[in-house]
Amino acid sequence: MPGLSHLSTATLIDAKPVDYLIIALYFVFVLGIGFMARRAVSDSIDFFLSGRSLPAWVTGLAFISANLGAVEIMGMSANGAEFGVATVHYFWVGAIPAMLFLGVVMMPFYYGSKVRSVPEFMFRRFGTGAHLVNAISFAVAQLLIAGVNLYLLGSIVHALLGWPLWVALLVAAAIVLSYITLGGLSAAIYNEVLQFFVIVAALLPLTLIGLHRVGGYEGLKQKITEFAATAPASADVPPADWQLNSWPGQALTGFESPFWSVVGIVFGLGFVLSFGYWTTNFVEVQRAMASNSISAARKTPIIGSFPKMFVPFIVILPGMVAAVLVKEIAELKAGGTPAGGASGKGVAYNDSLLLLMRDILPNGLLGLAIAGLLAAFMAGMAANISAFNTVFSYDLWQRYIRKDHSDDYYLRIGRLATVGATFIAIFTATIASSFSNIMDYLQSLFGFFNAPLFATFILGMFWKRMTATAGWVGLSAGTLSAVLVAYLSEDAFGTLSLGVIPLSGQGAAFAAASTAFVVDIVLSIVVSLVTEPKPAGSLRGLVYSETPREDLVDPEEAKLPWFRRTLPLAGVSLALVIALNFLV
Amino acid sequence: MSADNTTPPSVPGSASSSPATKHAAGAFDIRNFIGALLGLYGIILTLMGIFGDKAYDKTGGINANLWAGLVLLVMSAIFMTWARLKPILVPANVEPPDDDATRPAPKRRPSGH
Repeated sequence: MPGLSHLSTATLIDAKPVDYLIIALYFVFVLGIGFMARRAVSDSIDFFLSGRSLPAWVTGLAFISANLGAVEIMGMSANGAEFGVATVHYFWVGAIPAMLFLGVVMMPFYYGSKVRSVPEFMFRRFGTGAHLVNAISFAVAQLLIAGVNLYLLGSIVHALLGWPLWVALLVAAAIVLSYITLGGLSAAIYNEVLQFFVIVAALLPLTLIGLHRVGGYEGLKQKITEFAATAPASADVPPADWQLNSWPGQALTGFESPFWSVVGIVFGLGFVLSFGYWTTNFVEVQRAMASNSISAARKTPIIGSFPKMFVPFIVILPGMVAAVLVKEIAELKAGGTPAGGASGKGVAYNDSLLLLMRDILPNGLLGLAIAGLLAAFMAGMAANISAFNTVFSYDLWQRYIRKDHSDDYYLRIGRLATVGATFIAIFTATIASSFSNIMDYLQSLFGFFNAPLFATFILGMFWKRMTATAGWVGLSAGTLSAVLVAYLSEDAFGTLSLGVIPLSGQGAAFAAASTAFVVDIVLSIVVSLVTEPKPAGSLRGLVYSETPREDLVDPEEAKLPWFRRTLPLAGVSLALVIALNFLV
Repeated sequence: MSADNTTPPSVPGSASSSPATKHAAGAFDIRNFIGALLGLYGIILTLMGIFGDKAYDKTGGINANLWAGLVLLVMSAIFMTWARLKPILVPANVEPPDDDATRPAPKRRPSGH
């Protein structure tokens, strides 16, 4: 094969000095922010929660960026190339409603109770059992996911710049390590804000030029329709109207029936999976906890929901363009197996964005696009590590191993935890490089932890009768039931799955998460009714009925104009996202 | 990209609490960083658009570098102006969250109280 030998010697993209200059400038700024933030870190609250001093627009953008990592950008453009418009459900159904719910309903408890992490809330509400389950599973998950992000980052550097994978891994890890140990969460958050603008500056031109090349959105529709009509039946290309309309989204769920597809998207993705992820994941919630008031904390996810609404346009559209414009992706979609790609093992949908960049961006913009991708992957890893070091230092080390030391001591432990986590991430990244599939399944497995967490949190926040025993029993049983369903499905754990339940792909993940949610709720109620509840006095700030209203709102907020208040902002966001769902 | 305009000369209403003001974590303004980076990118891309390879075959006949560069320069100007017009108000004080009996107590400020 002539193509193979060409690709193994040359890099995927031909970068010129001007591109390297743009990439280098980005790194200078990243490290500069680390040094600047260091000057402001004086105690552990500064390091772990940014001194709770950041304005809502900063934490709101960081909230989005922390999630805008490798999986989001590469994964969602890949879904766009494969399934088309239906991918927007991950944003408009699978993220925005949960983000609004977090801001309006849950954030007053997180911020108002002055806990420093989500597991600490668990401790205050349910005691040691649930806290240990939550803190340990979260810490382990963050280490593994940081490794996955690092591996993706290294493989992109390898593919783009031709550096050996291990060099790329070490350099990327060293940069992330230096800015987090220097500036703590402030550095991570400020870099996430900077990164947000670099990503938009990278992907917006890509989208516009791509659309221009295919003759606008009308041209894209026409090309996708032609493609779907002429593709061989064996390629199993979704029909054009499945690719060009978001509902009922059968291409995404893999469900035959349009009715069950809508139910799966709304309840499985929109309710159980997404509420679990966005409302209990400390990586996200930590960004809001770093803000300067309960009002800013509540507005963090709500302000974040506005840019989040428009991210699909610069992520999914380029994927769809790539599927008709980029020769290799079109060949792949028509059932072929083109050689090359970032992995070197053949082109995959994950390469859509990279190949589109290669085909349509001039040098200069190309460097900006590469800088944007590197920014996204680094921020993803930095977010995992900064959440990990908080949970490790406060929730594991301080609570169970060395209590009652000075604040300086925990600040030092936090920095050491960052170094340790980075080394472990390098190790997990090298594992991921040889078993990339296993890492995919691990990630979906960690997704299952979130569904029962959400069930336990929401029940615990609104039902004062729920007991400590119910907390850990529900959480463990819910998680185990999700694993069981995934194991019995066709492919949620790849070849390990038995195929007893006839569900595959996203459908299986929705079913596993929904089962976990129901099992957790039912068991928690049953166990609560036969065990002793906590005394009502200890639940102030933790349970809705036991918390005075004034603890949950910011007295200053009433003085602000409507567009800076929590509820009106959330209402505007909800109206916009409903309109988008009906329009597309 | 100087950070000296980030500390407001006088913050109305909180001028009396200067020791707490110094403690604030947001001592530099991210908007200047964003403005500076986008501005540098804008300059590079604009120059590429004028003098560099325009690669019309890739972009479909648009001078993409030039347009992107100009838009970046405008964005940069907006961030710089915003930072200048509304400098960061440093929070007067941050409450220490350690007044909680359920939590192992770190000795936050041994000399403070």
